Amino acid sequence: MDMSIHRDTPTPLTGAPLSGPMAGPRFSRPVALSLALVAVAALAPWLVSAYELNLLARFLAMGLLAMGLVLVWGQGGVLSLGQGVFFGLGGYAIAMHMKLAALGEGELPDFMVWSGLDALPWWWVPFKSPLVAILGVMLVPGVLAALFSWAVFRRRVGGVYFALITQALALAFATLLVSQQPSTGGFNGLTDFQTLMGVDLGSTAAAHGLYWLTLALVAGAFLGLRLLMNSRYGMLLRAIRDGENRIRFLGYDPTPFKVVAFTIGAVLAGLAGALFTLHAGVVSPALVGVVPSIEMVIWVAVGGRNSLAGAIAGTLAVNLAKDGVSSAFPDLWLYALGLVFVLVVTLLPGGFAGLVGDVADTSWAKRLKSIIVGRSK
Amino acid sequence: MNATAPASHIGTIDPVTNLLLAVDGVTVDFDGFKALNGFSLTLDRGTLRVLIGPNGAGKSTLCDTIIGRVRATSGRVIFKGQDITHLPEHEIVRRGICRKFQTPGVLSGLSVVDNLMIAARRDRRWWCSFRQGVDAEEKARVADILETIGLADRAHIPAGQLAHGEKQWLEIGMVVATRADLLLLDEPTAGMGPAETSQTAALIRRLVGQHTVLVIDHDMSFLEQLDARVTVMHQGQFLKEGSVAAIREDADVAAVYLGRTKEEKHG
Repeated sequence: MDMSIHRDTPTPLTGAPLSGPMAGPRFSRPVALSLALVAVAALAPWLVSAYELNLLARFLAMGLLAMGLVLVWGQGGVLSLGQGVFFGLGGYAIAMHMKLAALGEGELPDFMVWSGLDALPWWWVPFKSPLVAILGVMLVPGVLAALFSWAVFRRRVGGVYFALITQALALAFATLLVSQQPSTGGFNGLTDFQTLMGVDLGSTAAAHGLYWLTLALVAGAFLGLRLLMNSRYGMLLRAIRDGENRIRFLGYDPTPFKVVAFTIGAVLAGLAGALFTLHAGVVSPALVGVVPSIEMVIWVAVGGRNSLAGAIAGTLAVNLAKDGVSSAFPDLWLYALGLVFVLVVTLLPGGFAGLVGDVADTSWAKRLKSIIVGRSK
Repeated sequence: MNATAPASHIGTIDPVTNLLLAVDGVTVDFDGFKALNGFSLTLDRGTLRVLIGPNGAGKSTLCDTIIGRVRATSGRVIFKGQDITHLPEHEIVRRGICRKFQTPGVLSGLSVVDNLMIAARRDRRWWCSFRQGVDAEEKARVADILETIGLADRAHIPAGQLAHGEKQWLEIGMVVATRADLLLLDEPTAGMGPAETSQTAALIRRLVGQHTVLVIDHDMSFLEQLDARVTVMHQGQFLKEGSVAAIREDADVAAVYLGRTKEEKHG
């Protein structure tokens, strides 16, 4: 009876490791597999075209954000429809720096000149420093997310209401960016970057370097989040998701646990936004508003909201499909995406990862495995 | 209004006495409906008290008020000599009160042992949740409780897969695991058969002494097995207090229950 629920490896799918009350994170088979995948992915610059490499790099950057959503939504049960805001803050932070770095003494970015601005807005000034920009990529979304979520969770606003507030935040953020055209670049956003810290972004070496940087950050975030999800913190986060009141009446304050998850999610979204901006060469309100924020949730729903690997797979799959469908049939993409979302929610609540887990649990899959592994159990 | 209530002179009580909890003239007003109406109750350390009363008498509301889930409109809750009426819920729990809810409140996604480990954790501040390692004492305590509640062989299955009665025991185990001085057990035998009910009564009797226990229940045979002092509530107020036998014979208590029964029959 006890054996029936034991899996060979503790995966995030099943919540806490089942091997013991506080079993530490183990570098088990899924991790080994992930490392092999990372090794293969690291060879991509020699395997795919420059265009495909750029797409892959963008999608991997988005995978960082998706893994953050696994922590926030899958583990914490907090649905955020406003991740685009944090993605955008990261993207704009690095873009502002690159705009400023390209200027001579006393010059203003081109769009500011066209709008008749005669001085740099004060909040642009610190981003002249590359250090401020790089820290800002993480700190601006992180601090904002911590303050916002603390204010909201402390008042015990959750569920649908929280989702609606974050959606309103995404709408407000995109609207603000468009309306403040003279200092934000408006609808066109910020684009036309040449160099980052003296490196020519157009060079092949830069493209490869940025790709590897993205891959390394994805791998690092994967391991870090895995450790976190297997820690006592992760267990409590899931416990709060399943019974916030029970946890509160066991003497824990649920608010900081949720704030930490939301903040980590925002920092990862900010990093993703910055990397995406470097790969795509543009950041604009169209990438950060309500629709992109919902799309981000769909990547994770498709991949599996409790699986880090699933979230990356979902992000890659949905975005590859988007690239294919929207170039062939531009009008159809949103319908296709909506359909996929409905199908996943109704038929596959665990996403791809849930499907893989279910298949791995069927008796024929176990028998197949015992044949391959060579021992029957 | 409060003539029959126990002493309401809490301000003068010395905190070093045996008094653990004092509910002092608490009123809870839900938009004009007084779920508790100037109710008072005192509990000494290491004692067992049973709270009975017809539906709507305010028993669960009393537990909710003690634990901070519902806030008193007026009156005070004093625990270990300190006013806890307005503390946040988790602060109240950290001071040593834990409650078992009417419907089992186990964390169904976590394993049985993880449920207990979370409850047994002494340091519940969030930044301590990142530390690795398990406190040996907590682990031993959890193993002990697993034996006591008879779930040692199911320690690693998800709590959601337990039978109803087992969930009730698990939640009692969790409440005990917190080392709370005061345990509030709201209908611990709901949904249990006679054999399970007897086992639960034995379990609770073993807890008394080390803990102070307040039990809410309806089941008369369960009350007899507990053999504790009984406080009867009616319409948010104190009605009677005495031994099980005395309460059984009491005309006022009978009238309250019978009156209720008649109303229900006609309604």
